[in-house]
Amino acid sequence: MVEVIKGALSLGLLWAIMTIGVYITYRILSIADLTVEGSITLGAAIAAHAITSGMNPYLGTLIALLGGMAAGLCTGLLHTKLKIPALLSGILTMIGLYSINLRVMGKANISLLRMENVYTVFENMGLEPTWATITLGAISVAAIVCLLYWFFGTELGCAIRATGNNPYMVRAQGINTNTMIIIGLVISNGLVSLGGALIAQNQNFSDIGMGTGSIVIGLASVIIGEVLFGKRNFFMRLTSLVFGAITYRIIIAFVLKLGMHSNDLKLFTAITVAIALSLPMIKDFVNPPKIAIGEGEQDA
Amino acid sequence: MLRIDGVYKVFNPGTVNQKTALRNVSLDMKEGDFITLIGGNGAGKSTLLNCIAGVYGVDKGSINIAGVDVTKLTEYKRAAFLGRVFQDPMMGTASDMILEENLALALRRGKPRGLRWGISNKEREVYRELLSHLGLGLEHRLNVKVKLLSGGQRQAITLLMATLNKPKVLLLDEHTAALDPKTAAIVLDLTERLVHENGLTTLMVTHNMRDAIRYGNRLIMMHDGRIFLDIQGEEKKKLTVEELLARFGSASGQEFSYDRALLS
Ligand SMILES: Nc1ncnc2c1ncn2[C@@H]1O[C@H](COP(=O)(O)OP(=O)(O)O)[C@@H](O)[C@H]1O
Ligand SMILES: [Mg+2]
Repeated sequence: MVEVIKGALSLGLLWAIMTIGVYITYRILSIADLTVEGSITLGAAIAAHAITSGMNPYLGTLIALLGGMAAGLCTGLLHTKLKIPALLSGILTMIGLYSINLRVMGKANISLLRMENVYTVFENMGLEPTWATITLGAISVAAIVCLLYWFFGTELGCAIRATGNNPYMVRAQGINTNTMIIIGLVISNGLVSLGGALIAQNQNFSDIGMGTGSIVIGLASVIIGEVLFGKRNFFMRLTSLVFGAITYRIIIAFVLKLGMHSNDLKLFTAITVAIALSLPMIKDFVNPPKIAIGEGEQDA
Repeated sequence: MLRIDGVYKVFNPGTVNQKTALRNVSLDMKEGDFITLIGGNGAGKSTLLNCIAGVYGVDKGSINIAGVDVTKLTEYKRAAFLGRVFQDPMMGTASDMILEENLALALRRGKPRGLRWGISNKEREVYRELLSHLGLGLEHRLNVKVKLLSGGQRQAITLLMATLNKPKVLLLDEHTAALDPKTAAIVLDLTERLVHENGLTTLMVTHNMRDAIRYGNRLIMMHDGRIFLDIQGEEKKKLTVEELLARFGSASGQEFSYDRALLS
């Protein structure tokens, strides 16, 4: 039992980084960005390649972060410069990344067993592997949450948040909405790729298929966080994402314990997210909103 | 302050839906001019404002604001010169953000956004002061999400935002049309006050003939993409609704469509 929770906590912290990335596009920019399916694998692939070729794992992880940012930039340019719809831009980058990820890894999967990784330092300090992951995961997540809380409070960050909310108004205030969208996508995919690099080093392998369905896991975590831990202010929202990601892992651990086959997990997650996303509609159906005729309803 | 020269705007060129929304429109606005722009549905009023603001490029002609040729500039670059309020109260504010964040975004209109904190405490005091002048009790609601405010409150806020960083030209596109008559009157009075206090060069679209006559120092009427009437000075002061209708009829050879353009 304690072991299960511990495992869920360690995985949840690593996936929280990816979840924060998904939140930035899905909630802040109001874009469903499928690039993440490719950039999470890109992060794993870059870290795995770096580590197997003897590079310092921290440097390899940093390069993974930069690789993800480049992937986000690619989607951003496709969307804003070539005017391809956001969803399709993300799909194009994701598909392109499949080949790139294979190129980076040289094969479909790489084992990292018994190689030095980012957690080794903590294990050398006497922590058992799961605690080493929890320690580094918690430090990373805390740093990211604080950094983003600051960033989205700056002039630039406010402009990005407003862009996802009302691009017309933002342009009327002299802000280049295309630049804001690109910056958001770059940060988001950088974080997702960083998450991928840390996940690969935790599970000791990188696999070309590990990104499949990750967007749904990210969305599930975002929604669980919002439902269970509220969205009072921006700092609470960011922390709720971390708790959402951890809760998701705990739920998964339990349904597996209850006997669900691991092959059915993605279907389970997809159905859960579909239900969660349709909650507002179900609510309206059960409890129809009163139609108010007021200002705005009059001749426009 | 604003010079428009022979502007044409064609929507969907080369298709069955081709529509010439502006035909050879020229207009010279002097500094401090307060022009009311009136015309029937589809006359091209919004298109004219959108062409000035750079939402659409023009197909021919040029636009010059405060001595700068902006014809080729993108919308967000032209925003440095312009304050804008739209017909839809939802358009002018970011509804999921709080009031003070919206004001802070507007205060920095036309300036580069950096990594400084988005709002300073000093600004907050200024906002509170300015909001208290609106008389809507908004000075106590700086931390409220704008979506929780009424349409009238949002238009008043958008108006304040448009004038916060004094614009070269203020563009108002039927900004009271979606409000109930009482709220519309409040917002119109506020408009006049802000325009006068700041000496703003203003172009205000309205569908209400009485408002068009009551406000401003110059009245322009559009029909079918053209400017038909341009009345200013003493002549404008003496204008009546009947006379306006008659003059529109003789100038355009058509009767003004009464649809919604009349009284309230
Ligand atoms: N984005 C657009 N695409 C195609 N046609 C448009 C567009 N905007 C306006 N029009 C057309 O141009 C004409 C002028 O519209 P508009 O400027 O909105 O009129 P007004 O504001 O005076 O009521 C109308 O016939 C309208 O259908
Ligand atoms: Mg209009």
